[in-house]
Amino acid sequence: MDLRYTDEQQAFRAEVRDWMAANVPADPLPSFDGGRAGFEAHRDWEARLNAGRWGMVTWPEAYGGRGLDLIRWLIFEEEYYAAGAPLRVNQNGIFLLGPTLMEYGSQEQKARFLPPMATGEEIWAQAWSEPQAGSDLAAVRAKAVRDGDSYLLSGHKIWSSRAVMADWAFGLFRTDPASERHKGLSLILFPLDAEGVRRQAIAQINGETGFAELFLDEVRVPAGNRVGAEGEGWRICMATAGFERGLMLRSPARFQMTARRLVELYEANRETCTPAQRDAVAEAWMAAEAYALSIYATASRLIAGGSIGAEASLNKIFWSEMDIKMHETALAILGARAELLPTASAAGDVGRWLDGYLFSLAGPIYAGTNEIQRNIIAERLLGLPRG
Amino acid sequence: MNFAFSEEQTMMADVVRELLARECGSAALRGQMSAACSFDRERWRKLLELGLAGVLVPEDAGGLGLGGADFVQIAEACGYACLPEPLVDHAGVVLPLLADSEGETARAALTQGLETGTVIALTHPQTPWIVAANAASAFVLPGPDGLRLVRSEEVRRVQQAGIDPLRQLFTVSAEPAAGALIAAPGAMAALLARAAERGAVFTAAELVGLAQACVDLAVAYAGERRQFGRPIGANQAIKHHLASAQVKIEFARPVVHAAAALVPALSEGVPQSLESRARVSHALLAAGEAATLAARTALQVHGAMGYSWEVDVHLYLKRALSLTQRWGGQEHHRQRIAERILTAPLGPDRLFPQVAEETGTTPMKRTA
Repeated sequence: MDLRYTDEQQAFRAEVRDWMAANVPADPLPSFDGGRAGFEAHRDWEARLNAGRWGMVTWPEAYGGRGLDLIRWLIFEEEYYAAGAPLRVNQNGIFLLGPTLMEYGSQEQKARFLPPMATGEEIWAQAWSEPQAGSDLAAVRAKAVRDGDSYLLSGHKIWSSRAVMADWAFGLFRTDPASERHKGLSLILFPLDAEGVRRQAIAQINGETGFAELFLDEVRVPAGNRVGAEGEGWRICMATAGFERGLMLRSPARFQMTARRLVELYEANRETCTPAQRDAVAEAWMAAEAYALSIYATASRLIAGGSIGAEASLNKIFWSEMDIKMHETALAILGARAELLPTASAAGDVGRWLDGYLFSLAGPIYAGTNEIQRNIIAERLLGLPRG
Repeated sequence: MNFAFSEEQTMMADVVRELLARECGSAALRGQMSAACSFDRERWRKLLELGLAGVLVPEDAGGLGLGGADFVQIAEACGYACLPEPLVDHAGVVLPLLADSEGETARAALTQGLETGTVIALTHPQTPWIVAANAASAFVLPGPDGLRLVRSEEVRRVQQAGIDPLRQLFTVSAEPAAGALIAAPGAMAALLARAAERGAVFTAAELVGLAQACVDLAVAYAGERRQFGRPIGANQAIKHHLASAQVKIEFARPVVHAAAALVPALSEGVPQSLESRARVSHALLAAGEAATLAARTALQVHGAMGYSWEVDVHLYLKRALSLTQRWGGQEHHRQRIAERILTAPLGPDRLFPQVAEETGTTPMKRTA
């Protein structure tokens, strides 16, 4: 155990910090779920990141990365969020499908899909859930029918984040019509502008169209778009879900920055704050620290050859609940101003807390509800009997 | 940067775990309880035979010269076993304090402690009740003229009835001139401050171990106990309680480990920076919360059985109650957190703050 960064790691931090200082847009970009302009501005940011080879520092150089280890990835993320850099519009691609392809994709698939993913030329959506297959994902009905060298994809997908404007999606389909539940499923990649794809935007709680329904009617894709073997889809998707819940999607720096902003909010409103609010702010800061320390421990374990499985569910519960608590604390400090949008003349400097609060409320739902995560922890980590 | 234990560190803790699993199981604890014995000399001897007393004592003083990262998993194991004997205080706090003190008296007591396994106890302003004072041969007592080392024959011990049935608590006092002075008032304050940091870190480790024991106990019970024709652990209500307790543990443990890594191999103690102090406080607060939730969850999962004397849940619940109030209590530690977040730089690059100082990286400016 050595909780000191090496000189090389510190030099790397300085390099990231300098690049971010010179490149992060001075004003926040408009939301990528609010319209085409915001979406494309984020795509441009991805291209700029990639031009500096900062798109995904852990990826091999051949795919636009730097081949760095997870400690450097954490350092990168720390500097990224500290610099106030934009959210990653291609997170479904770079954090979920990317690592999945790296592990399960063919050489051709990696060469075809990873480079444009890294540059943001192709932005990805996830197409797993269906109206009757949410928490019970194994109830997937959308089918992929083999036709020569192609699959014909048909079915109804829903809650696909970014799918309103994304370029591609990775979907879970039933390739064996006689199969049930977890068997007979395959992971297949398809372009969202293909013939037979109809997208319908769904307005979210904040009014933005952050996700979409997808109606697929015999969408023809090459059989080579299947990731892994036919029938292996469930196993591969569970690995992807591990990336999603685990350390990739929600890196600690994001919450450490929220905690820092919360302390600053407390300081700016100190005269009206109660001791209980001081404690809540301290709790928020501690939670962000604990999450970061836990991720450093996980990264160290992975670097030493360990693996992450059901532990990812612990992370997901922790960060999602922490995020809500932080925002609730901020709204309580804002008091009557909490309900005002930043544009209201009486709002003063309310920041983006309300926005963040609404977003945080989705945390315990997406990437597998926290109820499902608790089942996973109870059954797979603790060994309680299945219900 | 490597936040993982070495093989040696884990092996040493495994040896302790195995010993405690053999020597400190439920039956042994129950035997001690019915004999009203809070100090099993035979078990103490076996623990000390592993060299545990001197883990944190420098080599030139006869110890192993190791650091907090080497001891923290051992302290966890003690908490997991609900160990009655004060090994964590003795090896984690008192002997390092003696090693930290100047002069022949302290050194002689330390040598005796290491060589004979005799128990030395400390009265600290933050932990007024001494565990197993009836087994101690000497006491470190703060007084108006400094810190004194007093032999057991010269002290008055008054037992204070406490909730933990496996531990006997005492207040200890002596005549002002009893024993020998080992530190003048100024040095005493520094020694006691360092002792408090070590005490908080290793008590936090005990609490994390104890919390895990509660979850494990409840998981075992929930797998056996059947109602409505199936194990109660198959119900989501039970699963979710236990999963929540496990989440609390998982996000307390790394904080405790990082706090332990602040305890250096040499005796000078935890750095007194705001950041280091906050990490120690965070460890104790988080571990206390985890232990409290895990103990209450174990009680609830066991139902009426959990409320009975016969089942071990109450032993852990009571130990958690005792340990969470030691070394300053929650408000004291919340104050230290508040002090840190309201005055020292914040941000992701401050997670391992001692590093930023050493390497001269400029911390992010506060914007407020």
